[in-house]
Amino acid sequence: MRLNVTVNGERRQADDVWEGESLLYVLRERLGLPGSKNACEQGECGSCTVYLDDVPVCSCLVAAGQAEGREVRTVEGLAEGDALDPVQQSFVDAGAVQCGFCTPGLVVAAHDLLNRVPEPSDEEIREALAGNLCRCTGYEKILDAVRLAAGAR
Amino acid sequence: MDFLRPTSLDEALAIKAQRPDAVPIAGGTDVMVELNFDHRRPEALLDLTRIGELAEWSTLDGTVTLGAGVPYARVIDELGDALPGLAMAARTVGSPQIRNRGTVGGNLGAASPAGDTHPVLLATGARVEVASVRGRRFIAAEDFYTGVKRNALEPDELITAVRLPAATGGEQFAKIGTRNAMVIAVCSFAIVLREGHVGAAIGSAAPTPRRVGEAERFLLDELPWDAPAPLADSLKRRFGDLVASAATPIDDVRGSAAYRTHALSVLARRTLTWAWDGYRGSVLQCA
Ligand SMILES: Cc1cc2nc3c(=O)[nH]c(=O)nc-3n(C[C@H](O)[C@H](O)[C@H](O)COP(=O)(O)OP(=O)(O)OC[C@H]3O[C@@H](n4cnc5c(N)ncnc54)[C@H](O)[C@@H]3O)c2cc1C
Ligand code: FES
Ligand code: FES
Repeated sequence: MRLNVTVNGERRQADDVWEGESLLYVLRERLGLPGSKNACEQGECGSCTVYLDDVPVCSCLVAAGQAEGREVRTVEGLAEGDALDPVQQSFVDAGAVQCGFCTPGLVVAAHDLLNRVPEPSDEEIREALAGNLCRCTGYEKILDAVRLAAGAR
Repeated sequence: MDFLRPTSLDEALAIKAQRPDAVPIAGGTDVMVELNFDHRRPEALLDLTRIGELAEWSTLDGTVTLGAGVPYARVIDELGDALPGLAMAARTVGSPQIRNRGTVGGNLGAASPAGDTHPVLLATGARVEVASVRGRRFIAAEDFYTGVKRNALEPDELITAVRLPAATGGEQFAKIGTRNAMVIAVCSFAIVLREGHVGAAIGSAAPTPRRVGEAERFLLDELPWDAPAPLADSLKRRFGDLVASAATPIDDVRGSAAYRTHALSVLARRTLTWAWDGYRGSVLQCA
C-alpha cells in the first residue's frame, strides 16, 4: 500500500508498504530516517520512541497504516538547522551517550517531559524515562542530562 | 494482508460482519508484538484508531461509559476522580509510551489473565458493551473472561465501551512486580467498597481474572458499615486468607504458585485497609 505521512514537518510518501509493518520500519527502511532505533520490536526498550501527533509512542508498535495522514516527529526533527535542541546538547555535555543506541528514544522522551513539566523533580524524570532502557550508562548521566536541559531551557 | 480503516463505528461493524477474520487493532501494543515476531499473520487488520465514538467517555447518573479506544494516559489524566481504581491500574501498565497507546478495549480483547484492568472491572461490577451489525449487548465482566486469553466476544463483534459506576466509596488496585514500570503482574488484586457492595478480584493467579466471592461475602457481613471504625487485624487476616484460597495459580518464570498465593493475601490485607479508609472518608464527608 501507499502511505502518506508528515515526518518532521515534511509530507512524505512511501510505496509498497506491507500492511503489517511498523512505523519504525517505514521510518528507517523506506524514508531513510535511521535515527529511531530498533532494539526489541516489542515496546520494552523505548529506543524507537517518536512523537505521533505530538504524543510519544513506540514506533515499533504503531502499524504503518495507522500513521496515514498523521504527523510524526523523530529525533531527526528536533534540531533547528545545525543547532541542537537543548535536550540533545545536554546529552552531549553531560556525557550521557555511550554506544548511543538508546539515545534517540531517550532524547524524545526527555523532550516531551520538559515540554509538559519544565522543571521536573527527579521522581518525575525517572517516571518519564521508565520506558527507555540503557545498557551502558547506568542512567546517572542521563538524569544529569535531563536536569541540565531543564536548566538550559 | 488488507489494512481496513473505518472512520465510524457503523462502518467498522459492517466490515467486521463481512470479514470476521479481520483482527482489530487499537493501540497495537499487543497486536504489533505478535506481528513483529511473526506469531500472527492475519488476513486483515481493522484499525480502530480513526473511530471517534470509541475514543470518548461520558458520565450519566453515576455511571461512566468509557470508550474502548481511550488510551490509559487519558484514563489517568481525566478519570482519576471518577474511576480511581481503574486509574491506579492504568498507572501501572507498561511505560509512558505504552500508556499513551494502550487501551482498556485492547486489554479486554487480549484477555490475558495478567491484564491489569481486569481485577478492577470485576470488582467494580463493570459491564462490557459490545456491538455488531446484529445490535448491541452488555456482558458482565465476570462473564467476559472465558479462558486463558479467551473472551466472550463473537467473531463479528467489537468491544465499544465499558460501563462502570463512578466511585462513591473506596477503591484500590495493587500489583506485584520486580520494578515500578514495565512489569507484567506476578499477581494483582482490586477491591471496591461502597455502601451495600463489596467487590474483590484477583489477576494473574488463575486461568482467568476472577472475583473472590467468598471473601466478598465475608466482608459484606463483617465490615462495621454503620460505625466505620478502623478494622481489626484478625478481620484483615481472615480476608487475606479467603482471597488466597480462591487463587489457583501456576509456577512460571515470574513467580511460583506458592509465592503468588502468599503475595495475594498480603495485597488483600493492605488494600482492604486503604479502601476502608477511603470508604470511611467518603462517609465522613457525607455526614
Ligand atoms: C512493553 C509492554 C508492556 C506492557 N505492560 C502491560 C502491563 O503492565 N499491564 C497490562 O495489562 N498489559 C500490558 N501490556 C499489554 C498491552 O499494552 C495491554 O493489553 C493493552 O491494554 C492493549 O491495548 P491496545 O489498545 O494496545 O490493544 P491492541 O494491541 O490494539 O489489541 C489487543 C487485542 O484486543 C483486540 N482488540 C482491541 N480493541 C478491540 C475492540 N475495540 N474490540 C474487539 N477487540 C479489540 C485486538 O484484536 C487484539 O486481539 C504491555 C505491552 C507491552 C508491549
Ligand atoms: S524497538 Fe520499539 S520499544 Fe524497543
Ligand atoms: S548508551 Fe548504550 S544503551 Fe544507552
